[in-house]
Amino acid sequence: MNTRLIAASFKGRTAARRPANLGQILRWLLLFAGGILMVMPITYMISTSLKWPHEIYNLALIPNEPHLENYTYVLEDGRFYGWFVNSLIIALITTVSNVLFDSLVGYTLCKFRFAGRYIVFIAILSTLMIPTEMLVIPWYLMSQAFGWLDTYWGIMFPGLMTAFGTFLMKQFFETVPNDFIEAARIDGLNELEIWWTIAMPLVRPALAALAIFVFLGNWTAFIWPLIVTNSVEMYTLPVGLSSFSDEADVQWELIMTGAAISTIPTLVVFLVFQRFIIRGVVMAGLKG
Amino acid sequence: MYDRLTVRQKQVVWAWGFLAIPIVFYVVIRFYPTFNAMLISFQEWNLLGDRLWTGLDNYSKLLNDPVFWKVFRNTFAYLLIGTPISLVVSFVIAFHLDRLRFMHGFMRMLYFLPFMTTAVAMAWVWRWFYQPVPIGLFNNFLSSIGIPQVTFLRSTSLALPAVLAPAVWAGLGFQIIIFMAGLRAIPRTYYEAARIDGVSGWTILWEITIPLLKPTIIFIVVFSSIGFLRIFDHVYNMTTNDPGGPLNATKPLVLMIYQTAFNDFNMGYAAAQTVVLFLILLIVSLVQLRILRDR
Repeated sequence: MNTRLIAASFKGRTAARRPANLGQILRWLLLFAGGILMVMPITYMISTSLKWPHEIYNLALIPNEPHLENYTYVLEDGRFYGWFVNSLIIALITTVSNVLFDSLVGYTLCKFRFAGRYIVFIAILSTLMIPTEMLVIPWYLMSQAFGWLDTYWGIMFPGLMTAFGTFLMKQFFETVPNDFIEAARIDGLNELEIWWTIAMPLVRPALAALAIFVFLGNWTAFIWPLIVTNSVEMYTLPVGLSSFSDEADVQWELIMTGAAISTIPTLVVFLVFQRFIIRGVVMAGLKG
Repeated sequence: MYDRLTVRQKQVVWAWGFLAIPIVFYVVIRFYPTFNAMLISFQEWNLLGDRLWTGLDNYSKLLNDPVFWKVFRNTFAYLLIGTPISLVVSFVIAFHLDRLRFMHGFMRMLYFLPFMTTAVAMAWVWRWFYQPVPIGLFNNFLSSIGIPQVTFLRSTSLALPAVLAPAVWAGLGFQIIIFMAGLRAIPRTYYEAARIDGVSGWTILWEITIPLLKPTIIFIVVFSSIGFLRIFDHVYNMTTNDPGGPLNATKPLVLMIYQTAFNDFNMGYAAAQTVVLFLILLIVSLVQLRILRDR
């Protein structure tokens, strides 16, 4: 899609402020009610994680005697710490790998002229059509053959590069003027230096957008980690939470605590970098 | 030797150097597995024994499997309920949110927050909401206003929409943000001109806003359709006691694939199902692009 669309979405509203009328007030109230409904599952999750077992039948949002016992109980045996660390390591490494390789490939396909460029581009783009679910069986067989089952590498390898990221970065490298690259070449920089010191800094917002998408995708990924992990220690947070909740059966306050532990970190990160993340999501969504 | 190359030739060397590792990755991790999945779909294999060529047996078995047809209907039910609802709701919210002056950023944050959650965590939260009295939030609310209990996740007719609801909910924020970006890209002058001509608000919406939003609408329809056709996390977690139940009422194709491959270890049959999933995704996307583009 076009850049105008993206540029326009970041501009503040230009229309003059008019005094609020009844329609405006009604619109605000309805949207506010809708917004409260939207966050209700999240608020109930947090509220219940602070309640005693006998209180969970109580619909009150604010617990009578809020306490953190559930958190101490859930975190006590250390499983959640392990899952948290696993998820964090996997999401971080995958993000770094995508930022480096997707942009390197995007840059090459955008700025170099060579025979076969178009074929490579189409080949990579065509992998967008293949759903992950079609590949899980061959990936599993591959992991079994090479001993990758139940390892970090096994969880990570399918996502180390993505066609989506490559395409996104290629689009953004179009905005880098060729003159800059020519000038750097004349100054005697080699191609790797040009990519890293000239082109990369110019597409920093796009890199951030890609990083957000890849991180979030891997942080919440479920089906592949579920398949490739066997031991409790290797679970990622979503897989761990799923098995923990199933085990906790009807102890809903503990399930809500586990859910809160896996959700709150991303919510906090979002609240801190809100504008930045929304912009990144729009950029990735529209360009990709 | 490198020094004797021309500038052009040097660039070609660099280009292939940059592409070397990624090409290996795409060949080994994307193309070979795709090919392998198709190959396995013509074989019978339980992981331990030999791989036996069975031709189209897996496919004919699939077509005669009543569970597959149930799953097929469910998968399309997720798509046909989920996509229109999320499209209309997100457009209405984005349309009004765009016109909001007071606390605009805060409101946008409220609507976007669910997108930042983990599907697994939220599936369990919603599962709790659906529990019968005295545990579940929804049934407690219904009984407090005198409406009899609803057995959401245990009903063969209501379980599917009940599982779909959190998936729609979590995706709304993204769609709203994309719609708002689309709305802001429409030049103000169009609206001003229409207003001068005395065109009603409803006509502006149908004649200006929606036609100009076409690229955004196509993107959201295709993107969300693919998501609903591949639904798994929510179903698996909301029905762990009987995945895809009750009586396969909520089972989507991806869950059937998962169970065939990793519970029954029937790799050939599962691979055939993944090929069918691939074809469904391909056909649905192409049909949608064709229909929406022509309009």
